[in-house]
Amino acid sequence: MGKDDGFGRVQELSYELKVGEVMTTTVITVAPDNRVGDLRELFRANKMSGTPVVAGDRLVGIISIEDFIKCLADGEMDCPVRMRMTEKVEVLYADEPVVHAIHKFDRRGFGRFPVLDRKTGHLVGILSKGDIIKGLLKKLEIDYHEEEIHHYRASHIFEDILADKTAIRLKYDVRGKDFENAGASASALKKTLSRLGFHPQVIRRVAIATYEAEMNIVVFTPKGQMLADIHPDHIEVKAVDKGPGIPDIERALVPGFSTAPEWVRELGFGAGMGLSNIQKSSDKMVLKSKVGKGTDLRMTFFLYR
Amino acid sequence: MKLEEVRRILDGEVVSGSKSLDIEVAMACGADLMSDVLAFIKQDALLITGLTNPQVVRTAEMVDVKAICFVRGKRPGQETITMAQKKSIPLLLTHLPMFEACGRLYKNGLPGCSEAE
Repeated sequence: MGKDDGFGRVQELSYELKVGEVMTTTVITVAPDNRVGDLRELFRANKMSGTPVVAGDRLVGIISIEDFIKCLADGEMDCPVRMRMTEKVEVLYADEPVVHAIHKFDRRGFGRFPVLDRKTGHLVGILSKGDIIKGLLKKLEIDYHEEEIHHYRASHIFEDILADKTAIRLKYDVRGKDFENAGASASALKKTLSRLGFHPQVIRRVAIATYEAEMNIVVFTPKGQMLADIHPDHIEVKAVDKGPGIPDIERALVPGFSTAPEWVRELGFGAGMGLSNIQKSSDKMVLKSKVGKGTDLRMTFFLYR
Repeated sequence: MKLEEVRRILDGEVVSGSKSLDIEVAMACGADLMSDVLAFIKQDALLITGLTNPQVVRTAEMVDVKAICFVRGKRPGQETITMAQKKSIPLLLTHLPMFEACGRLYKNGLPGCSEAE
């Protein structure tokens, strides 16, 4: 594991975390009719350089320490905030990912942004760069322990094995039309990956894709195999069968296209979503098929994206 | 929301896993199409479905579903129950139809999978 992984996680978190999760929710605001002169004590006591102006629940502007200083220079401390505030306010929404906020701070150079609820338009918080750093650190702290264990355990197997190239192969036989055991291979693979300590997100993606692939073998073919190769940085699963093959792969990949018989649909499958689910869950999917010969489906999952 | 509260809101009964009624479900997903469940559900969810075959339990296992509730009073067969017990997934049963079961839970504050964190 290089230093890059840590940075990558912070980047990832900035997409996962929402502005609403890291913002400060107790917001000091002023009303449009407040005197500019009153801001002095407010700014001083709260160590602020600006504050939102709110009428009722509605954000109507923002007033900064610069506005205050200009006002002071003009000798108009009795003037209402309304006259001196900036009305066109740049805002963030609580449901936006933190990464949007980071970009906005970069671009605009402001110290803080008011945060609105997208549905109601009400002011629900305020966000400073400090809030983002605090939020990221808190989340990292929570993640850290779990993350380390997963990384360690999964890479550990390979560190203990001395070879130029190592891969662990797990092989599962899949019987066609055997609905009682359909999914047993995907289930066993999921359990194994979990015991080996892979990250839950990776396990989940592998589980979904292999389960769909296994259902395809059970539904359409007399028998097949699932071969999972675990490499230090990726997992490749091959689902191969000697079934009837797929006549038109392009069509088979269209979501909703299905040739499954009615009884398969009764089991909750066969709606033509299998291959698109596999495509979505894996990092790479290669499907090869020959009519009358069989099908070869390869799915690749990278461990550290 | 605790599973016991889910049961109460749905006037439901526990088919198996009665010891697990204090577990929390974070959200719910109502579907009869297992591929949709695989595609959209998040972990720690309650799965509400009208299907009772063992593949429902298998699907639930794959995506770490916390509990399953069958609607319209459909009672699962022994095979399904046995598998659910093996995988430690509690099963509930309600006589409400799908829409009403989902509606009642949603009204009581259980979010859907696209809304939950």
